[in-house]
Amino acid sequence: MELLCPAGSMPALKAAIEHGADAVYVGLKDETNARHFAGLNLDQAGLTEAARYVHQHGKKLHVAINTFAHVDTFETWRRAVDMAVKAGADVLILADMAVLAYAAERYPKVELHLSVQASATNAAAIEFYKQFGVSRVVLPRVLSMNQVRAIARTSEMQLEVFAFGSLCIMAEGRCYLSSYMTGESPNTAGACSPAKYVRWDEADDGTLESRLNNILIDRFAPNETAGYPTLCKGRFKVGDDTYHALEEPTSLNTLSLLPELYKEGIASLKIEGRQRSPAYVAQITQVWRQAIDAVMADSEQFAVQHQWDHVLAGLSEGSQTTLGAYHRKWK
Amino acid sequence: MKFSLGAIQYFWPKQVVENFYKQAADSAVDIVYLGETVCSKRRELKFEDYMAIAHMLREAGKQVCLSTMTLLEAPSELRELRKYCDNGDFLVEANDVGAIPYLQEQKLPFVAGPAINCYNHHTLRKLMSLGMSRWVMPVELSREWLAKLLQQPMVHDVRDCFEVEVFALGHMPLAWSGRCFTARSENRPKDQCELVCINYPEGRPVESQEGQQVFILNGIQTQSGSRYNLINQLPNMAGLVDVVRLSPQLTGTFDWLEKFRANTTGNQPQKLEKNDSNGYWLALAGLVQQLD
Repeated sequence: MELLCPAGSMPALKAAIEHGADAVYVGLKDETNARHFAGLNLDQAGLTEAARYVHQHGKKLHVAINTFAHVDTFETWRRAVDMAVKAGADVLILADMAVLAYAAERYPKVELHLSVQASATNAAAIEFYKQFGVSRVVLPRVLSMNQVRAIARTSEMQLEVFAFGSLCIMAEGRCYLSSYMTGESPNTAGACSPAKYVRWDEADDGTLESRLNNILIDRFAPNETAGYPTLCKGRFKVGDDTYHALEEPTSLNTLSLLPELYKEGIASLKIEGRQRSPAYVAQITQVWRQAIDAVMADSEQFAVQHQWDHVLAGLSEGSQTTLGAYHRKWK
Repeated sequence: MKFSLGAIQYFWPKQVVENFYKQAADSAVDIVYLGETVCSKRRELKFEDYMAIAHMLREAGKQVCLSTMTLLEAPSELRELRKYCDNGDFLVEANDVGAIPYLQEQKLPFVAGPAINCYNHHTLRKLMSLGMSRWVMPVELSREWLAKLLQQPMVHDVRDCFEVEVFALGHMPLAWSGRCFTARSENRPKDQCELVCINYPEGRPVESQEGQQVFILNGIQTQSGSRYNLINQLPNMAGLVDVVRLSPQLTGTFDWLEKFRANTTGNQPQKLEKNDSNGYWLALAGLVQQLD
């Protein structure tokens, strides 16, 4: 079972490798990937350096080119594929059928993984993507453990699941909430709730308001911790209640599911967070390395160590973690 | 220009659904999409009931398409999907790529629904090669995006081989989740939802703390808080759009159909209501209402 860690920069990539990642995934500095944030990601020279460093350590480099190609700039996506292959990427993580078809035809020897943004949530969809030569599918975070199990047992495809990090509660790649509010979505612009639309206002009584494109996402009392206004994590009013109508600010944490994921033959555990710091990547990687080693040594005796949970809680949104959709009782 | 009724997005009692389609049969609509596209627990109508309605509508001169589920997760949902694809009679709208292999096996043409990610000419051609005969554009795309896509030579050359459909009236489906938000709004776990969606035939509105309607909760689906309304954009659709989709609402759907038909060339524009939007079509944020 592979540990696949995020890196938005060279220091983060080095931190991941030094702390035990089997593979690292990165994106390019443009709209071809779903973490298109200012100051993040690698250019061609950075990508080449990243591949060299990762390979020196006997590990693998995955490059995410996982947004949907635009009509008039289609070449940008093709060039991204060319650049990644030229730099020495081991794996391309793709979502758009057209980009998949291009990569499969042009570079038949390069391993292609289906991005979570392609939203393959079932065995039939996985079957569909086989025609593009995909060898692994990243499952969306909307499936329960039972559903993951059913796919694992009926499909021969290698599966990758999200193990830890920010929780997307919508089927990825099919969520247009961000463009509804701002005009830019992960599919079209590579970012959800983009920072340039965020505004913070402090009222006289100390209340802090977070806005996205002028729409009030949340209001925080002076003693509350204010989180980034990701639009699905705001407090809204439904009927007479004001609450996190869609989702609380919380992180996905599947440590307790590790033995089950291992038993079902899940090929890879993905840690979310290319936007996070090298220090974050180092700590997360260390915990998950220990946990995976423990489950692989003896999955029957595996127990989540208190110290792991403690570290992960400290690195989580709102200091809370959840099993998300994997868990039946989620509501 | 043809007009269609999209599949009913909400959970309505069987009688209400049947009455709705009786009205559809008597209306001037050209194409009717039928089926449960949101949640497999909604079983007021079974596959056989939809088929009976489909035959009734066809006899009334309508083209009928069976719409499949958008978020397919469980093996049981795939079995139901196969029933739709194997119906042997009617065109199928694939709302997940999982439907495509089933349809391809039988060499059947299909409609690519709005939640299938087709953003460029190469993907469109790929879908055509698999049997797509009609493309429903993703809701977040604009007129400008559509025009550019259709101008590409590889698409332009085969423009007579597929139709373009645009979602033009109703609360837009914007997201699908592993969580049921309607159940959550009543503090029920998803597994014990007791089908509460049936109590919200127009979904549950979600407002910001300033009273702005931002979303509509419809089970596992999140819709736009605003009603998308492209009635005054119909003249701009000429030459680009073949089919204009109206999403069934509890009331007023057929009145709107008449208004849309009357304004095809811009002769009878309508004043948009406060909660109407048209931003996506105009390459703006989806919730924006731009005055004409």
